[in-house]
Amino acid sequence: MMAEETVPDKIKRISNNIYTDIVKEAKPEISMPLRSLQNVTYSDKVGYFELDNKFKSRTLTASTVKTFAQTLKMMALSKTLVETDDIATKRETYYVSKNWGEARFHEQVESDTVMDDIEAMFMVNREQMGFIPEEKGGDIAGKLIVIDKDPETGKDIKIDCTKFGSGAYSIPISVEHLKFETDAKFILAIETAGMFQRLVKHAYFKSANCILISMGGVPTRSVRRFVRRLSDDKKLPVYVFTDGDPYGFLNIYRTFKVGSGNAAHINQYFCVPQAKFFGITTQDIIDYKLPTHPLKEIDVKRIKDGIKNDPFVQHHKQWEKSLIEMVKLKVRAEQQALAQHGLNFVISNYLPDKLKNPKSWLP
Amino acid sequence: MEKDQSLDSFTGNKKEKSEKPIALELAKKQREISIAEFFEKNRHLLGFDNRRKALLTTVKEAVDNSLDACEEAKILPEIVIEIIDMGNNRYRVCVEDNGPGIVKEQIPNIFAKLLYGSKFHRLKQSRGQQGIGISASVMYGQLTTGRPARIVSKIGPAYPAHQIELRLDTAKNKPMIVTDQEVEWHREHGTRVEIDLEGDYLKGSQSVDEYLMQTAIINPHVTITYQPPTGSQMMFVRVTEELPIEPKEIKPHPYGIELGMLMKMLENTENRTLQSFLTEEFSRVGAGTAKEICENAFLLPSMSPKKVTRENAEKMMEAIKKTKIMNPPTDTISPIGKELLEKGLKKEINAEFYASVSRPPAVYRGNPFVIEAVVAYGGNLPEDKQIDVLRFANRVPLLYQQGACAITKSISTTNWRSYGLRQSEGSLPIGPCIVHVHIASVWVPFTSEAKEAVAHYPEIIKEVKLALQEVGRDLGKYLGKKKRLNLELTKVDYISKYLTHVSDALKEILKLDDGEKSRLEEHLRHVLEVSRSVKKEDLEELQRDYGPKIKRENKDIDDYDDEESDESDSEDDESSDEEGSNEERDE
Repeated sequence: MMAEETVPDKIKRISNNIYTDIVKEAKPEISMPLRSLQNVTYSDKVGYFELDNKFKSRTLTASTVKTFAQTLKMMALSKTLVETDDIATKRETYYVSKNWGEARFHEQVESDTVMDDIEAMFMVNREQMGFIPEEKGGDIAGKLIVIDKDPETGKDIKIDCTKFGSGAYSIPISVEHLKFETDAKFILAIETAGMFQRLVKHAYFKSANCILISMGGVPTRSVRRFVRRLSDDKKLPVYVFTDGDPYGFLNIYRTFKVGSGNAAHINQYFCVPQAKFFGITTQDIIDYKLPTHPLKEIDVKRIKDGIKNDPFVQHHKQWEKSLIEMVKLKVRAEQQALAQHGLNFVISNYLPDKLKNPKSWLP
Repeated sequence: MEKDQSLDSFTGNKKEKSEKPIALELAKKQREISIAEFFEKNRHLLGFDNRRKALLTTVKEAVDNSLDACEEAKILPEIVIEIIDMGNNRYRVCVEDNGPGIVKEQIPNIFAKLLYGSKFHRLKQSRGQQGIGISASVMYGQLTTGRPARIVSKIGPAYPAHQIELRLDTAKNKPMIVTDQEVEWHREHGTRVEIDLEGDYLKGSQSVDEYLMQTAIINPHVTITYQPPTGSQMMFVRVTEELPIEPKEIKPHPYGIELGMLMKMLENTENRTLQSFLTEEFSRVGAGTAKEICENAFLLPSMSPKKVTRENAEKMMEAIKKTKIMNPPTDTISPIGKELLEKGLKKEINAEFYASVSRPPAVYRGNPFVIEAVVAYGGNLPEDKQIDVLRFANRVPLLYQQGACAITKSISTTNWRSYGLRQSEGSLPIGPCIVHVHIASVWVPFTSEAKEAVAHYPEIIKEVKLALQEVGRDLGKYLGKKKRLNLELTKVDYISKYLTHVSDALKEILKLDDGEKSRLEEHLRHVLEVSRSVKKEDLEELQRDYGPKIKRENKDIDDYDDEESDESDSEDDESSDEEGSNEERDE
């Protein structure tokens, strides 16, 4: 409903409400959706975590005046950024606050939290407010041509992702303006840079006719957005290949596919609901007789927490079953464990097997 | 008879002369050991374990005696203490009082005969009990320096002052007078004791200085002048002219009696029947109760007490247990009282808050007792140490064996966390705090003869805990108020600190002019002040009552957030979303 309202408009509207309240000597209040797994629902229909309607509100009182001041200060900064077509990284924003006297942030975590709050309050992503993350996205190699604009001339440039040799194309922080050309059959998102390197080295993307993405752990927002746009645009299936452990399942894959509790207000854009989980599954550990490591206490805790609190796991009984199975086996296995059967076993056997056998995937 | 028999057997067996029973040889070595000899070998039992403690014990016994004597004579005590360093670890302890003095004939027995005194044979609240103390000090001095003790005493203006030098015959437990002369003395009446002894003078806890300071705290009616061996003279001046109410003497209560004592009483009584023995020599035993005890013991009330055998005495003990007897009268105890307790502490300890309680009398094993407690908080007291515990029994400080004492146990098993102090389970709390506990009783049960720790009677522990809870609640209330005040003061700071940033940001976003901005700030201040949990008048009152005493804590307001219901912000901390930190790597 506020689709036409620009970010500066929103900032002005909310600030004005606060101003009017104060002048009336009423206690101003700002409210934002609660960012937590408690406040999301997973529905198969949309395929991502949808925000429920739990709100937290912050009333201006003696004990909230500091946070209140910081929130308003950051809104003012955002307004300036957008109006002058500039950007500030999260780290830079934290340093800008050093000019705010007593209201400055002591740690970047504090400024990040306030930023997230504003993001949620406006229901926009921070890039629209002029704030950008510090880190870049993931790497791409494979049958894909990305159409970007030359920063100087503004003309289209075509980037062929097969032409990086043993290197790769880096996903930029902002991906909204990119266009794609491809005849690949699928996208394979890979957890570790090591595994990505192996597949690039042996030009797996040529033999399998696919696009390889290195996520390097939990995918950044730009990786998720990039894959989402690419997949939507070119109707490509997305497969995810991570370590067989709770971190791979619940942090990397789940966040990739349906988003997170903390960023629930923007999951809509930053998720890839069409993704499927290739492996390493618990069943793979058994079927391929993979060398394993024992589960740590924290792994078991993570799994139990997932079963108990994660709406995604609760929805997909297959995942629940797989997680319970893992706890029973008390082991986890890394992607590289496939090297047990030969360094290129992953290319010659594992991935082809997986492609042929959708029943071995997890939703 | 016996002797004859043995002689017969001797003469009848000349050949076996060398094989005479060993017991005869042993018998030659067996003789009566005098109490004095016994204590000479077991001096630790009386508090002479080491040189340092010996010095303290000597001062303590002399001061206790002086105070008891003054109070009994209804004289406001003025005690002068001097310790002179004579080199080679030898000290001269001089204790002088303005008491009633002692008649010349009694001086030798009081100062140089163990177990002599007026206090053992009666049940009455007093400092000394057994009459061992001062004579033991005299004996200790004699053992370590070879010198006699010197006593000066005068009983009135019209009487001469006598100076007597005394030794103690340790074998016979008898005093020996070395010199005896009349002297000039500046006092109208009073007593001066001088004992030379081997000792060690140190400061700190368990020192003479500490003991005298605590004595002054718990005896607010006493003035003490003290010249330590080094350093300048100290004066502890009385804060009240009121003498403590004199405790009454009472007869023993049947519940407090032990078999040996009962048998002794039966033997010594002048009553002719059990019935009259019970009613006359015990408290709270009337005709009916006496009859019931006899019935329960299957003895005739008309029986002569002298004919009661040991077995029958045991039956009587059983019978007493079975019989319901009214508690002893409790007006026999002289507590210090709530106000004086606090006054006494205030004059020596500079704190910001004091609370005290004097419990109603209670009874353990037939002995009435009263528990009193004072707590002092803050001021100059150290922050991060275990609290100081001061223990007193019948107005005497207990300096040793803190760990073994029922008072210490009661303190450490009381939950002080709910009163605002830190405490780990079962130990003394931590904080800038002093706790005093005073037990007054006709018979304080100590764990040993050295009278250093109160025995663990459940009734006593219970009473001490009740007293502690009372002062603890007061302390908790005070600390709560103080905390709130601090929070309020912090909030006021906090508001002015951040207020301008709110208006600055709004000015920037909404392009306000300076007039609008300053009006906004005014409104904003108003909104924030109103939102505070404590109203302005309360704040002013708090500041008036406690403000000057409060050291401002330099805390950020965030530290208080968990105590305030800070809107729904707490939901951020929900544990189920713990992956939040690593979930979004780009954050």
